[in-house]
Amino acid sequence: MMWLKKHPSESEAEQAPAQQNSSAKNLKNWIEYRYPLFSTLTQQYQKFPMPRNVNVWWTFGAVLSVILILMLITGIFLSLGYIPTVEQAFSSVEVIDRQMPSGWLIRSMHMAGSNLFLAFLYLHLFRGLYYGSYKAPRELLWFSGLILLLMIMVTAFAGYVLPWGQMSYWAANVGGQAIAAIPWVGEGLTRWIMGGDAPNAITLHRYFVLHFVMAFTIIGVVFAHILFLHHVKSGNPTGVEPKKEETIHFHPYYTAKDGFVLAIVAVIMILLVFFFQDWLTSPENYMPANPLETPENIAPEWYFLPFYGMLQVIPFKFGGLLFAAGSLLLLFLVPWLDRSPIRSSRYRPLYRISLFLLVLAFVTLGFVGKYHSQIILIWAGRFALFYYYLHFLVILPFSNRFELHRSVPQALTNVAEKD
Amino acid sequence: MARKEKRIKWLLFGAFSGLIGIQPLAYAHNDAGNQDGKSQDYPKYQWRFSGPFGTYDLASVQRGYAVYRQVCSSCHTIQHMTYGDLMGMGLNAEQVQDIAEQDQVPDGQDAQGKTIYRKARLSDHFPAPYMNDAAAKAANMGHVPLDFSRLTLTVPGGADYIMAILLGYREKPAGFHFDHMNHYYNLYAKDKQIGMKPPLQANQVRYMDGTKATIEQEARDVTTFLSWTAQPHLIERHRIGVRILFYSLFMVILVYLVKRKVWFNVRK
Repeated sequence: MMWLKKHPSESEAEQAPAQQNSSAKNLKNWIEYRYPLFSTLTQQYQKFPMPRNVNVWWTFGAVLSVILILMLITGIFLSLGYIPTVEQAFSSVEVIDRQMPSGWLIRSMHMAGSNLFLAFLYLHLFRGLYYGSYKAPRELLWFSGLILLLMIMVTAFAGYVLPWGQMSYWAANVGGQAIAAIPWVGEGLTRWIMGGDAPNAITLHRYFVLHFVMAFTIIGVVFAHILFLHHVKSGNPTGVEPKKEETIHFHPYYTAKDGFVLAIVAVIMILLVFFFQDWLTSPENYMPANPLETPENIAPEWYFLPFYGMLQVIPFKFGGLLFAAGSLLLLFLVPWLDRSPIRSSRYRPLYRISLFLLVLAFVTLGFVGKYHSQIILIWAGRFALFYYYLHFLVILPFSNRFELHRSVPQALTNVAEKD
Repeated sequence: MARKEKRIKWLLFGAFSGLIGIQPLAYAHNDAGNQDGKSQDYPKYQWRFSGPFGTYDLASVQRGYAVYRQVCSSCHTIQHMTYGDLMGMGLNAEQVQDIAEQDQVPDGQDAQGKTIYRKARLSDHFPAPYMNDAAAKAANMGHVPLDFSRLTLTVPGGADYIMAILLGYREKPAGFHFDHMNHYYNLYAKDKQIGMKPPLQANQVRYMDGTKATIEQEARDVTTFLSWTAQPHLIERHRIGVRILFYSLFMVILVYLVKRKVWFNVRK
């Protein structure tokens, strides 16, 4: 029920006068006089104006923050049992899983959480692209979100290395090799980051610290993300800024709606943790890291597959690295690449089809990352990669010229009635 | 227009779930891909522990432990398992204590540098049959026998394949040539040759519950035991899971009703 109790301070603030609990009221006033804590919370959460028409795509931010909290709590408990040394990392994870009370549950929740985290992050990102959430004045919001995406990817990668199983080790190895592909400085850089030529005791310890520090740094950036959001307010599916009478309070309307979606996410989480836990990790990772034996199919977790696919389809390594890194960095330019005055893809039919193809290209690259041995897939991947760049560099800036014109509504309520 | 929009949304949703779906599919693919060297398709069994609602036949797990103890453990380790973990197969603390006390485990060295042994406790890990990897290799033609902690998860084909190997020993056909010294003919091993000598014989183990110890029975029991060692919390996981799933589905309904109640006066 945590989503219903999300803002206890507010409900207390509201009830305090009615109950005439004078000491609580005095304390409240004492604090309020020194810092307007309660009125700020009321303004920023309870009475925060939300467009009345936002759909389920606007609930994923709340889902992500709850998953982040879950990851931090389970992560802290896991770190109490984990030993970041080459000799003991693998067996300490076995101890967590076998002997630590409820360790298997906490570890499964952390693993399921990481998968759901990335899944909802991609959905959240797609929402931004589809409804034009990056457009003025929301560029800072968009940037802080992209920085969070990068930070979470780094954290997820570092976390995957920690159990020091076969896939962990070889993931760290492939990651290092990718950096080594940078001309001139690459190999030195890899050696400097890993503390040796191959993943070793120093690398593991560094990844542990990186994983741990990043996890908490993310909270800070999330705070900035929410700060930016609360200044520019939420967008909505029409892309039209709502008038004051078209908004409703965040609480109880969106706490209730977010709560419903969170309950469904909880069910998905429970299915993963309790019934489909073998989907969460590669069975190879139950074999301890062995630097002398390369696994037959090295592949990252599903959420990195599209980028791994990009590395695979370019014949020279550095090119692959540029395209993979570029595919993410391109997103930072999207606010300027998109020159259409219309925000929402609802009223940009051609662009919307292109966006759908972009998702298809991304998924295709994921398949290529997984089964890159087939030559047909390699070419499909090259085509998909070409389309990915075509979408952002050509279609996004120029689609406005030949876009089918569809009238943008003047207000939220009109549209709602038409729908 | 709204309908078309919905259709596209579902397509996108489908594409995304497709991406998530790659993972399990890919493992199935890996399993198939890794069997190149294994010459024959092995039989598939209906295991009670497979599937999302699977559970263990604990009597079989216990019999399998007996097979492991009396046969497999002379070469193979289960490094990550402690004696206390045996309580998970339906034994109480005293029974496990009795099992532990039959074993001597190394506990440091004395002043002369000789290893001190003492009776095992619940918190001790199972002792290894060899002093170290070098000793294990020397005794097994250069290979360390597989550790059994997660064997059914890490071996392609899992429990079915282990069962197949255990029952796959045959007389060498005339004209068959071994590539390696001291190998045995096995239908399901890579190139039909395996370094492990046929481990099971009928009546090799005397089952306390009176079950007849045929080779098939022993193989089935030890495979069940190995699946249990790979996922020792499976029963608990599924039992708690079913309860919490019902609870959370109930929550979904309640929270949905709250949402409807809250939103009833909002004109869309």
